[in-house]
Amino acid sequence: MSNPAVDLHRASAGYEDRILWASLDLQISPGEFVAVLGANGTGKTTLLKVLLGLRRVSAGTVRVLGASPHRGDRRIGYVPQQRSFDPGLVLRGVDMVHLGLSGHRWGIGRRSLVDRARVERALDHLGATEYSGASIGSLSGGQQQRLRVAQALVSEPELLLADEPLLSLDPSSQKDVVGAIDSHRHSTGAAVVMVTHDINPIQSSVDRILYLAAGRWASGTPDQVLASDTLSELYGTQVDVVTVRDRVVIVGAPASTEHSSDFGHVHEIESHAVQQG
Amino acid sequence: MFWELLRAHFIHTSLIAGVVVSAIAGLIGPIVVARRMGFAVHGIAELGLTGAAGGLLIGLDATTGALIGSVAVGAALGLLGLEGRERDSTTGVVLAAGLGLGVLFLSLYQGYATAGFGLLFGSVTTVSDAQLRVLLLVAGVVAAVLAVIWRPLWFASVDPDAAVARGVPTRVLAVIFAVLMGAVVAETIQVTGVLLILTLVITPAAAAQLMTARPGATIALSVAIAVTVTTGGILSSIAKPWPPTFFISTYSFLIYAATRLHRAAKAR
Repeated sequence: MSNPAVDLHRASAGYEDRILWASLDLQISPGEFVAVLGANGTGKTTLLKVLLGLRRVSAGTVRVLGASPHRGDRRIGYVPQQRSFDPGLVLRGVDMVHLGLSGHRWGIGRRSLVDRARVERALDHLGATEYSGASIGSLSGGQQQRLRVAQALVSEPELLLADEPLLSLDPSSQKDVVGAIDSHRHSTGAAVVMVTHDINPIQSSVDRILYLAAGRWASGTPDQVLASDTLSELYGTQVDVVTVRDRVVIVGAPASTEHSSDFGHVHEIESHAVQQG
Repeated sequence: MFWELLRAHFIHTSLIAGVVVSAIAGLIGPIVVARRMGFAVHGIAELGLTGAAGGLLIGLDATTGALIGSVAVGAALGLLGLEGRERDSTTGVVLAAGLGLGVLFLSLYQGYATAGFGLLFGSVTTVSDAQLRVLLLVAGVVAAVLAVIWRPLWFASVDPDAAVARGVPTRVLAVIFAVLMGAVVAETIQVTGVLLILTLVITPAAAAQLMTARPGATIALSVAIAVTVTTGGILSSIAKPWPPTFFISTYSFLIYAATRLHRAAKAR
């Protein structure tokens, strides 16, 4: 267990005309819960794809669970970015969770008793048993999302990668899903990397934050990163982090860097990257 | 008359061909629907016609020609790896161009004038013993390959993002499935003809998935509906000398419509 779950060393990723993040250093230990924050287009999903072995970094090294990232690593659970299912799709929640366990295996696929029991446990863990027999396209976004998390957890992964799993959930469902993920990591020692645009629902669970902004990044404990001076330095403009009724609100951060054509700055930015923790 | 015909060899041949072909058409139907490839099926079928007409022209039989045409187009579509709108527009472009060639081949072909009509609207009662052997062989190969790739293919079809991350070789499966689809389309052309291909590939699957959300039950129902309407259609055409394709497509549609109405009534 001495291997870090994730180990990025001076890793960079981007497209031909735009760098997403550069010289990223990040070590995540087993059992750690790391949130990835940042505006749209800053490369949060790309980071997950790199860890899944679906994308390469353009520079630097990446190790995941002691190995180079490779597609189909069974030790990783993945909650893809939400894309709702067709109403007509022939698939029940229970079928979808089964696919997370055995969908990659060849053959017609009779379900073993062991697999059935594991799927039942995962559904129960997410509180999704009640509607797991219904056609998935007929379920609400929140219900589909719980089933997605159940699908990712059913194989008892050592590393859980979740892309905006709380989107379209009401506050109490958000709490349930975060609770289910949190109890999974406490009981199995799994590391969690969660991409999110809102830190508030996971604030009490999260150990560390990676904040991405236009090619630059900052990482550290929530207190270190979600501080006015850290984010102001990261964005290069005055940003205020204020707490209103226990909710963290970030004021003044550019909303999106998606259409940034300012890639000429990137090398300069790289050397200014804020590193903490 | 009905019972005499029922003992005729050509009726036996057409019933066996009908059952086998409709079974594999019903089998791939739910995956075609899940992958939204209905239009691609139609496109492949029309190029199967070009293949069949070309086959007749150079002295091959229509079945072999259709098989070559459909499988080649299926493989090409799969290898291009197109998705969504792009796949639709490309299919449309290739379909139209290929069908033009088919028209030329048919007009150059000096054989029976009914050959073209048979390809377009089906001619299950004219299947020869040699053609039946080809149909059985191809159906067997398709079923065997499907049995091996079934679960990952289903995963890749219903939940592609998760399947890719789990290491399912989605690109390779897409190509294999497109080739299988080509083979099934060529087979189905024998029964329903090019123009009514969807009556066996889409309608039974669409009706089945209105009945249940269980994947296993959907496939079983889709196969059962396809086989039932085909057998019923061939038998009906013995009793009443109208084209079997008419009966098959009508029965198929009636089952779908009844299921829809039943569901609408239940939802109320």
